[in-house]
Amino acid sequence: MSDKKQKNRRDFIFTATATAGAVGVGAAVWPLVDQMNPDASVKALASTEVDISSVKPGQSITVVWRGKPVFIKRRTQEEIDKARSVSLDELKHPEKDEDRVKNAEWLVMLGICTHLGCVPLSDKGEYDGWFCPCHGSHYDTSGRIRKGPAPINMEVPEYVFLDENTIKIG
Amino acid sequence: MSDNNYTPPSKIGKWFNDRLPLLTLANHLTDYPTPKNLNYWWTFGGILTFCLITQIVTGLVLAMHYIADTKLAFASVEHIMRDVNYGWLIRYVHANGASMFFLAVYIHIFRSLFYGSYKSPREIIWILGIIIYLLMMAAAFMGYVLPWGQMSYWGATVITNLFSAIPLIGEGITTWLWGGYSVDNPTLTRFYALHYLIPFLILGLVVLHIWALHVPGNNNPVGIEIKKPSNDTVPFHPYIVIKDAFALLLFLIIFAFFVFYTPNILGHADNYIEANPLVTPAHIVPEWYLLPFYAILRSVPDKLMGVVAMFSAILILVALPWLDTSKVRSAIFRPLYKQFYWILVIDVLILGYVGAMPAEGLYLLVARVATAYYFIHFLIILPVLGLTEKTNPIPLSISEPVLAGTAMATRSTGEDKIESKLKSLG
Repeated sequence: MSDKKQKNRRDFIFTATATAGAVGVGAAVWPLVDQMNPDASVKALASTEVDISSVKPGQSITVVWRGKPVFIKRRTQEEIDKARSVSLDELKHPEKDEDRVKNAEWLVMLGICTHLGCVPLSDKGEYDGWFCPCHGSHYDTSGRIRKGPAPINMEVPEYVFLDENTIKIG
Repeated sequence: MSDNNYTPPSKIGKWFNDRLPLLTLANHLTDYPTPKNLNYWWTFGGILTFCLITQIVTGLVLAMHYIADTKLAFASVEHIMRDVNYGWLIRYVHANGASMFFLAVYIHIFRSLFYGSYKSPREIIWILGIIIYLLMMAAAFMGYVLPWGQMSYWGATVITNLFSAIPLIGEGITTWLWGGYSVDNPTLTRFYALHYLIPFLILGLVVLHIWALHVPGNNNPVGIEIKKPSNDTVPFHPYIVIKDAFALLLFLIIFAFFVFYTPNILGHADNYIEANPLVTPAHIVPEWYLLPFYAILRSVPDKLMGVVAMFSAILILVALPWLDTSKVRSAIFRPLYKQFYWILVIDVLILGYVGAMPAEGLYLLVARVATAYYFIHFLIILPVLGLTEKTNPIPLSISEPVLAGTAMATRSTGEDKIESKLKSLG
């Protein structure tokens, strides 16, 4: 009886020691892991303002936001019509063009292929939008994936029109 | 290790050895009984050790001049090439050394596949080898990022984005790997730190790899268990040492050819353009030694499944000792396996070729067929073949068929051999 009791008390001490040890190791390891996450200086570069007054219809500019390219495309009426005439059933990642823009003329999106992060080339591909040279993803004039390995449409970042000629991204 | 009772001849040697038995270890390595029929395909272990040391030594020297900062990295590499005394040589040896390392490791791996060196009791050696191979790929990839050229940057982008395919946590992992929202300075500095670390991890694993090898001893071209030491073996020194040295010399001729005559042929011209996060090169291709896996990645139209297929292609090798059900090791005595082996070699070469080509049209079709065959080979052909194949008679020892003159008289079938072995094990 006393033997058994002692064993139980010892088990408890072992378990308690192991638990305290695990918590301690976890607490010590976490800073080592978390130091790899974006640091304060990286996070500080959160927003970018862009002057778009010089962009003519049909033109596209690329700006850098958080180290990533952002496409700002001033679309022609033809391109807008093309993007809006597609039925949602045809899309791999169904999104209405209306939901992807704040102003039909201006398409603002991350210029990053959602497959493996290359920068797609504009006015290329089978849908006259963008074409990613890395692994052959085709995007339409709304930046939606139409063909190829990319799983989703090119991402639309948060942005606002500060005035007619200025966009603030982020 | 049966030579624990070694006594150094000198008094001081004995004094030292009693306190730290390094001389016993040296004696073990010198006398280590090695099958006498090892052919030149067995010299690549030594060649690989040489490659690792070369990479560590040249890498150490390069690290004295390289600067891991996105603003300075590209220029510091050009500084090494133009200003540092012999910098061009050291960097070309390091860059081509990586390719030579992979060339040797592929020969080493395919030698194992041909002669069944991964089979019992050498599974641990094989698995340690796969881990070394994985670490080599990680080191090579991170090293390729350091010059901060266009291929460096975009290669890093594509490979780190592989992790974003993981459901739910993928984006978080990618951001964590980058230390930001894209490949940038934090990514470069951590890749540099890891690139410096990994070769030493490999070195440690190589010690384990050799240790594990020295427990059962070398496999051999005939693939049979031999008595050690016996008239089937020769001491490692001088017999194998001199053979390895000669093979290394021949290997160095090829190595030197690349370094001195065509140092950039295995690289990409795009990497002499400084990294530009806004322009992706028209055609991103990894280094040649990663091409077969790249072809597998691209042959699957789904992002997640492509990544899964690519990693499975490597990890499937870990299970190889159990997927190959044949009790006969060497392909010499497996007429059907020998053919499938060469088909696999061709299949991997085809994957490498289409990996370098654009992923469209006929190339994509070929990549898909070759990818499917790669998995069929390991998951279907090998398990079934081992159970159904009629193997040729295997010799009882390395010496006997030769010394006895009438080879057939001293041979037995594979089954007999196993039975007698089982009996001897009791």
